[in-house]
Amino acid sequence: MRIVVDLTRCQGYAQCVFLAPEVFRLHGEEGLLYAPAVPDEQLERVRQAAAACPVQAVLLGEEVNPGDR
Amino acid sequence: MTGDPGDGRIVVVGASLAGLRAAEALREEGFTGSLTVVGDEPYPPYDRPPLSKQVLLGEAAADSTGLPMRRNPEAEWRLGVRATGLDPLRKRVTLADGESLPYDRLLIATGTRARPWRNPEEAALDGVFTLRTRDDGAALAERLAAGPQRVLVIGGGFTGSEIASACRERGLEVTVTERGPAPLVGALGGTLSKLAAAMQRNHGVDLRCGVTVTALRGDGGGRFVGADLSDGSRVEADVCVAALGAIRNVEWLADSGLAAGPRGISCDAGCRAFDMYGIVTDDVFVAGDVSRFPHPLFGYQMLSLEHWGNAVAQAAVAAHNMVSPGPLRRPHLAVPTFWSTQFGLNIKSVGVPTYSDHVVIAQGSLEARRLAMVYGYQGRVTAAVTVDMAKSLPYYQHLIETAAPFPPGSGAADRPLAAEIPIPSDVPDPKGLSHGPTVALTGYLPDRRLTVVHPTG
Ligand SMILES: Cc1cc2nc3c(=O)[nH]c(=O)nc-3n(C[C@H](O)[C@H](O)[C@H](O)COP(=O)(O)OP(=O)(O)OC[C@H]3O[C@@H](n4cnc5c(N)ncnc54)[C@H](O)[C@@H]3O)c2cc1C
Ligand code: SF4
Repeated sequence: MRIVVDLTRCQGYAQCVFLAPEVFRLHGEEGLLYAPAVPDEQLERVRQAAAACPVQAVLLGEEVNPGDR
Repeated sequence: MTGDPGDGRIVVVGASLAGLRAAEALREEGFTGSLTVVGDEPYPPYDRPPLSKQVLLGEAAADSTGLPMRRNPEAEWRLGVRATGLDPLRKRVTLADGESLPYDRLLIATGTRARPWRNPEEAALDGVFTLRTRDDGAALAERLAAGPQRVLVIGGGFTGSEIASACRERGLEVTVTERGPAPLVGALGGTLSKLAAAMQRNHGVDLRCGVTVTALRGDGGGRFVGADLSDGSRVEADVCVAALGAIRNVEWLADSGLAAGPRGISCDAGCRAFDMYGIVTDDVFVAGDVSRFPHPLFGYQMLSLEHWGNAVAQAAVAAHNMVSPGPLRRPHLAVPTFWSTQFGLNIKSVGVPTYSDHVVIAQGSLEARRLAMVYGYQGRVTAAVTVDMAKSLPYYQHLIETAAPFPPGSGAADRPLAAEIPIPSDVPDPKGLSHGPTVALTGYLPDRRLTVVHPTG
């Protein structure tokens, strides 16, 4: 699974950092960096982080598999 | 072809952020016909912003930034093949492999590519890079991980500054050259560019402004070893990144009759492409970095944006309009927004900072390295930039959308504004910069004031 954070919307509330610190981290005061490829054992935490983000900036999903349609 | 806009054949050219988001939105909007997405890169759509951040820091692999789908667009993906031409009369896209794809409606989302170093022989030296694609990111990250002696970054725009930031965070020596007076000056104007310059120097960047690189030097064996500067000095380095801005991918449209040029493909507020006579088409749409569109909040000037958020917003509007009859179509009126993380600072912008004559610091201060700067043009608010104050941004966005008077009232400020004298925004002519602007005003500038009406639905 992959994530992308809409950083134009993100306001640095850092709920995601709190819930899934292995995947999200703050760079300085409020710049957010994250690991785009989510390891399986982090999936549940990332789901919670996505749900908790106050501006719904975290999108979790499969990447495109050009083979299937 | 049926008359039902929810059916038929749609081709999307460009399989990146705008192409993917448009494909998803087409299905969301109920499109049931055949959907083909053509992309010349061999990879499924991936995200570029991490390439100059997490990837260069060594925190994420370049091949790990594949974009998650919001939903499966059930498209046929034609990846690794370039579109080479468009025949708008016969409604066909020709591909490099000789095939020709028929369409009823077409979306062009071919984005931009990195502007290469101007001398091809020098650009081919081992150790000279640009940064736009996943392959670029992988190659540069590998080189940085190997611990070079010094990295030379040509161009102090957002990408160049982020690369320099990543190098310093990795403990690498880095020199940045910028033809203009300071980094980021083309995007943010004089005052904030001084902060950007101070940040770079505080973090140990060897920043050289007001100079150009005149030549890249090889060691005779084809390896980059340094560069000559216009002030007569020389930089010894083993890695060079040309961060000179972007070139719109429009060459494949040269014979199409569309209004496609170096600034992008002109389209109307509904994302419909113009032809070269300025007549709007009704079956060719444009979205993302390759587009050039009029914005009522900025004097109807044509905007060319290299912003992630614009690609997402415009793709949604284009998709909606591709499957909606005329009166149900929507305008693309999103206010431009942009972010950049560098040297531990979170810089965000809303509106068009270059569309300004004065600025005022409405919150925070330069000394605190935490502030909100508001930009005004002829007495109204046109942009705001925050440094580590992202939570204030929606407020300023509201001021821009309502064409609020500039300087803004005290509601926007955490101290009395009477003491704060607006100063010239000091936005230079982009011609004097090393890198292209990530926001360009490319049109006629009529003196009109306008209020924006939000689309419903
Ligand atoms: C290193 C880097 C850092 C960035 N950081 C930020 C940031 O911090 N904040 C921000 O707001 N934005 C940032 N951006 C900009 C953001 O990534 C772009 O705005 C976004 O990618 C635009 O998406 P797009 O789909 O319009 O175009 P692109 O992503 O350029 O995609 C266009 C696609 O079309 C393909 N293509 C081109 N011609 C053809 C053809 N003839 N046939 C078939 N396919 C073709 C291209 O190869 C490409 O895959 C950054 C960009 C880069 C490169
Ligand atoms: S929770 Fe949401 S707003 Fe907060 S830092 Fe994470 S992504 Fe950004």
